[in-house]
Order: sequence, then structure tokens, then C-alpha cells
Amino acid sequence: MQGLERIVLGHPFFAGLGPEFSAAISGCARNLRFAAGEYLFREDEPANEFYLIRHGTVALELHSPGRPPIVITTLPEGEILDAACLVPPYRWTFDARAVELVRALGVNARCLRDKCEADHDLGYELMKRFVGAMGERLRATRLQVLDVYGTGR
Amino acid sequence: MFTGQVGDAASSVPQPFEVTRVRIEAAGVATLEMTTFSPFVFAPGQFNMLYAFGLGEVAISISGDPAQKERVVHTVRSAGAVSGALARLRRGAVIGVRGPYGSHWPVKDAEGSDVVIVAGGLGIAPVRPAMYYLIAHRERYGRIVLLYGARSPGDILYRRELETWRRRLDLDIAVTVDHAAADWRGNVGVVPALIPQIAFDPQHAIALVCGPEIMMRFTISALRDRGLTTHQIFVSMERNMKCAVGLCGHCQFGPAFVCRDGPVFRFDRIAPLFGVREI
Repeated sequence: MQGLERIVLGHPFFAGLGPEFSAAISGCARNLRFAAGEYLFREDEPANEFYLIRHGTVALELHSPGRPPIVITTLPEGEILDAACLVPPYRWTFDARAVELVRALGVNARCLRDKCEADHDLGYELMKRFVGAMGERLRATRLQVLDVYGTGR
Repeated sequence: MFTGQVGDAASSVPQPFEVTRVRIEAAGVATLEMTTFSPFVFAPGQFNMLYAFGLGEVAISISGDPAQKERVVHTVRSAGAVSGALARLRRGAVIGVRGPYGSHWPVKDAEGSDVVIVAGGLGIAPVRPAMYYLIAHRERYGRIVLLYGARSPGDILYRRELETWRRRLDLDIAVTVDHAAADWRGNVGVVPALIPQIAFDPQHAIALVCGPEIMMRFTISALRDRGLTTHQIFVSMERNMKCAVGLCGHCQFGPAFVCRDGPVFRFDRIAPLFGVREI
């Protein structure tokens, strides 16, 4: 097994993935390193790559003119960034900043999409995992926007 | 006049206590410390009724160290007329105190197990005595995990204490906030999202959960995803408590009175009622 394939299989997002799929995914992947404070990507940039965080924490930020950026969530190792690379218009909708040194696996989005189109079993396997992860994130966001600590206990 | 004597819980007569120290924890949140002349004995998770003379009483969890029997400590957030008056008290003020009341966290039953504490907002106050107890008897427990969620970095309560605990190698402490500016280097997100990241043995663990009910629902769901049963999860409920002795019915929660049968419940005992809107 190649090094990248071993990394893909070792990431929680791909836990239990069959070898027929891991080889395809690792064929689109590369190792990346971001220094603390460096941006993985900025809002509205093309979502050309999907990231598996292997080490460190990434802060997702939104900004509006005249105000300091707001961190909407932080993602520790084991998390992913994001489904935007799989669905049109393939653009990021927030900034992603490395809070500390971040090591990640970057998966080329076009390469992955092409392989998913060619092999719908791979596409369905990936879609199930993305939907699960996005569902969890949506659930957390719903709780976050309720501002539950604003009143009451 | 300032007796500092702890009344018999059954007597329901408030005793005058003098506030000897006030610490402002965050905007509208103050910790009141009162010195007693007779030992004040309570179990982690219990509450007192605090009486702002001329205004009324509120139920406030005890947030101090159960081993320090000469002090009574409460953290109060200004949310109404009475709690607002309490949160604005200064050193030397006198309030009425009766208690302690209610059930407690099962810290003794948890010996030999991992203990996972999940608190949100002011919900960290009722679990703080449990943390003191667990730390004082550290050798009796497996992993001790505290996950705490606050609204923003400025709303984090007991910040210095949390930082002290986090430096210890035998405690797992994680704090997260719902939103923050970019200069915050800690976690941002809701506290249930921390649960998949922590290490504990679900076969030999209990969880103590305290915070807004919706936060507790999400937390319980995440704990059950990790393999905890409803028998292993304990929650602290909050209702409008008036008499504190199970007579007036203000705090009725289905067949239970939160003041008398709670505030700490093993979750399986209230699970069928937990999501019922009409209760």
C-alpha cells in the first residue's frame, strides 16, 4: 500500500473504506502543510481541493467590511473541508485559516469528481460520508445560532 | 443578627448570611461567597434558596468546594428582579439562605469509573463542586473530563480555575465558545461537538450534564452515540422552584418535583419526558 493510501485509510472520514476506493482517492491526493496564520483558502475562491485535516486546527471565518473577522467554527484533526468542492458552483463560502501548524491531505476536486462520475459506487460511498459529515455540522450550527447561553442558565 | 448558621432544610426558615466576597465572573454574573460560623455541609449538585430581602427568593446551585465547610459559594446571573439584585450585591450585604436542598451528583458511586462532565453557560456552576470533589479524590477515578461551552470568550466563567485545571496532566479539560473574534485561539463550536474527540471508556463511565435543556438534549445524543446508556447519564434540571421542599408544585416535571426529586436526575428516569413540549 502506498503512503498516501495509508493516510487516506487512517483518516476518520474514510474509516472502513474499501481498498478499491482508497486507491482511487489517494491517486488524487497530495500532502500539504500550512503554517500558523496561513489561509488554506479564502471566501469565493474556486473550491479546487478537498482537505482532510491530519494535524492541527483550522478556523473557519467570515468577515464583513469594517469589522474584525468572526470565527464561526474551528475544526480539529480528523475533520474535513468540505463538500463545496463536489457541488456547483465549486466555490468556498468562508475563509479557512490555520490556527496552528496544520498538516492536511489535499484531494484534487476535479480528479475526484471525474472518478465519481466514472464509478458511481465510489461516488455514492463518498456522498454518504459527505452527507453524514455535513448533517452533523448543520445540527451543530442550528444549536449554535440558537444562542442558548444568552438567557436562562 | 448575621448568624451564619445553617438552618435545618426542613425548617424552611432563611438564615441571614453576610456576603464576605464578591467576584465578577462576566457581564451580569457574580460569585458570592459567604462565611459561616457553623459547618455548611452539602453534596455536589445541591442548591440553596437565596432570599433578597423585600424582593423574593430564587433557587441557586451551590458552586463552592464541598470540603470547605466554612464557606457557602453561589454564582448568580442577573436574569430577573431577584437574581439581578443578588448579582449586584457588594461585600457586607446580607441575604437570607435556606438549604441545602435536592439530589446530588453521584460522585461516590462513580468511583472506579471515568467521569465525563459536560457543562454549558452557567451550567458549570452546579458541576464545579463535583469537580472539586473528583480532584480531591483523584486516585479513585479513571479519566476525568470536563467539556465546557460558553457564549463567547468573555462569557467563560471561572476562567483562572479552568486554566489551572487544564495545566494538570491528569485532567482532560476542553472549552469551546459559540462565537469568537479571530484573536481567540481556542475552540469555536458547540460543546456536544467536542464529545466525539474525547477519550473515555463508555463501558465504565458516567456523564454529568448541566446547561440549557436544548444543549443537554444535543449532549445526551452525542454521549449515546459514544455508547453511554441512559443509566450512565445524569442531568441537572432547572424549573421555577419556589418552596424547595416539594409542596407548592411550581417545579413539577411530570410526576417529579425538580426541587425534591432533583435537580439531579439519572437520565433514564426522565428520558420519556425530556422532549415533551407540554411539560
